[in-house]
Amino acid sequence: MSRRILVNVFGSEEDIVGAAARAREGGYTILDAYTPFAVHGLDVAMGIRPTRLAYVCLAFGLTGAIAKLGFQIWTSAWDWPVNVGGKPLVSIPAFVPVTFEVMVLFAGVGTVLAFLLRSRLFPGAAPKATYFRATDDQFVLVLEERDASFDVRNVEALFRPFKLLHLEEQIVRE
Amino acid sequence: MHDVVTGEKVFDASAGRAVPPQPGLRKPVILGNKTYRDVTSDICSQLDQKASLSWWAAFLVSLTVLAVGALSVGYQVLTGVGVWGLNNTVGWAFDITNFVFWIGIGHAGTLISAILFLFRQKWRTSVNRSAEAMTIFAVICAGIFPIIHTGRPWLAFWLLPYPNFRGPLWVNFRSPLVWDMFAISCYFTISAVFWFVGLIPDFATLRDRTAPGIRKRIYAFLSLGWNGSNRTWHRYEKVYLLLAGLATPLVISVHTIVSWDFATSVIPGWHTTILPPYFVAGAVFSGFAMVLTLMLIVRRVMRLEEYITPHHIEQMCTIILATGGMVALAYATELFVAYYSGNPYERFAFVNRALGPYAWTYWIMISCNVLVPQFFWFKRVRANVAAVFALSIFINIGMWFERYVIIMTSLTRDYIPAGWSGFTPTLVDLGTLVGSFGLFFTLFLLFARFLPMVAIGEVKGVLRYGRSVNGGA
Repeated sequence: MSRRILVNVFGSEEDIVGAAARAREGGYTILDAYTPFAVHGLDVAMGIRPTRLAYVCLAFGLTGAIAKLGFQIWTSAWDWPVNVGGKPLVSIPAFVPVTFEVMVLFAGVGTVLAFLLRSRLFPGAAPKATYFRATDDQFVLVLEERDASFDVRNVEALFRPFKLLHLEEQIVRE
Repeated sequence: MHDVVTGEKVFDASAGRAVPPQPGLRKPVILGNKTYRDVTSDICSQLDQKASLSWWAAFLVSLTVLAVGALSVGYQVLTGVGVWGLNNTVGWAFDITNFVFWIGIGHAGTLISAILFLFRQKWRTSVNRSAEAMTIFAVICAGIFPIIHTGRPWLAFWLLPYPNFRGPLWVNFRSPLVWDMFAISCYFTISAVFWFVGLIPDFATLRDRTAPGIRKRIYAFLSLGWNGSNRTWHRYEKVYLLLAGLATPLVISVHTIVSWDFATSVIPGWHTTILPPYFVAGAVFSGFAMVLTLMLIVRRVMRLEEYITPHHIEQMCTIILATGGMVALAYATELFVAYYSGNPYERFAFVNRALGPYAWTYWIMISCNVLVPQFFWFKRVRANVAAVFALSIFINIGMWFERYVIIMTSLTRDYIPAGWSGFTPTLVDLGTLVGSFGLFFTLFLLFARFLPMVAIGEVKGVLRYGRSVNGGA
């Protein structure tokens, strides 16, 4: 299956944010935007839903903390109890530092792995598509041409307030 | 709509437009009215050129010093820890001093990448990449010392709780030394992950501008298929925020745990509750001195004066002044508490520090860490690159001596005078210390040669700060 897309290239962050907001108001489908850096406000203009990675982070952190605390209690008090200077076998305060470190380790590494998986980024992966100089100095907004009523001239008129550097129709195969 | 990180208004919903940063409110972070394209080519072109003569000279010197360290460590591992100046009384000396020193150096990198990020300090973008690299290399240098200190480094894996044929007999999780092992390895992993996540967009930028060949393929492999998609950027920002939020308590916990190696013992001068905050402030203080030392060289040699500006240097001097104040307060508090505790051993430990056989190390520490930073009160000093460079070196020296003073004065003279002793470093001690600097600078020079020194994507995001809307970009 293939679909037609309209690639709009802008030269500044204000232009792409404004254009994305107008395109969404005008009922166009924004497939994605490609920018050299994280343009603040563009996610709102495009209507991207907030990411749920914070919950992933919380889940990994709790898993790490509970697992490590349990492991310390199991090794110190259950599997091979050793009396160290008469200290209690389950010395919760002394178990806190390692529990904390492992919690941070799980939360950090887990969140990054979830992010890479969700964004389909992995070593050696070929980029799904690269547009113009989107990793250098250009800001690219990609619209989907859903049906025959899609008219490029309307889009051009819609983007008139913004400095559109270039506009191009492409056909992508999926 | 406000930026989650900076709190500034970035999107005007009623007008459907982005709100450009307001000129005049802030000083520009990057000088030279650069365009986005200029930033890409300024940073990336450094990697296209052949290494300069000065890079080769610096690299060969570092490699030679590293070889001295490798020989010292090799000799020590083959012979035993007896080749160090240790004796029955003094079981920790240069090794643990170097360990604490290097861990402390690393903390400034995390402070810049995580804590300044949470505090919305835009200037950090110019220095965070190299400061994070510094963190990783400093932690590598630090990690070597506890391992070689065990005397049989091939058995260092005994520190890990792994199922074994001795029971299994597990490690003692109540021991600060085990906490330390977990703290350092988690800190290293999280720092490395944080660093790599920051590098991904820059690898994509490098990939897209490099001509086909082996270099392009390496960059493509490392860029993980990044194409600047805003859906990915949106998640990336969240991941960055979460990592910063995790790294902030982590960095405080790491030096706290390092200080517990001392504080949980019963040695006079060590057994105090002030040690964790004292160590953390000292770590940031020494780390920023090292960041300044490195950055002042880097901005000159790599011609990054427009990215690492006098404004950056001034900010870092101010942080040194603040943390130096905390360190001075900690020294004073320690003295007062030793006096006020009424404990004769505590009192003696501090009198011995200031007036005993190692008084010279104490006074080096006081002059470098308390007196030297006071020069940073003066704007003329903060604006003078040569002066800042010299002062940062003094602080590095002072902070190494701080750890030496804490370890040496307390261990050489603790309770029974019959058990007192002295410590003289051997050539192997000195060779190992010098060698750790060789390792650090070798790694840093390799980093400067093969990876982008400045976070390209992040700098572009703050490029227009303090500029007029139509200026430059």
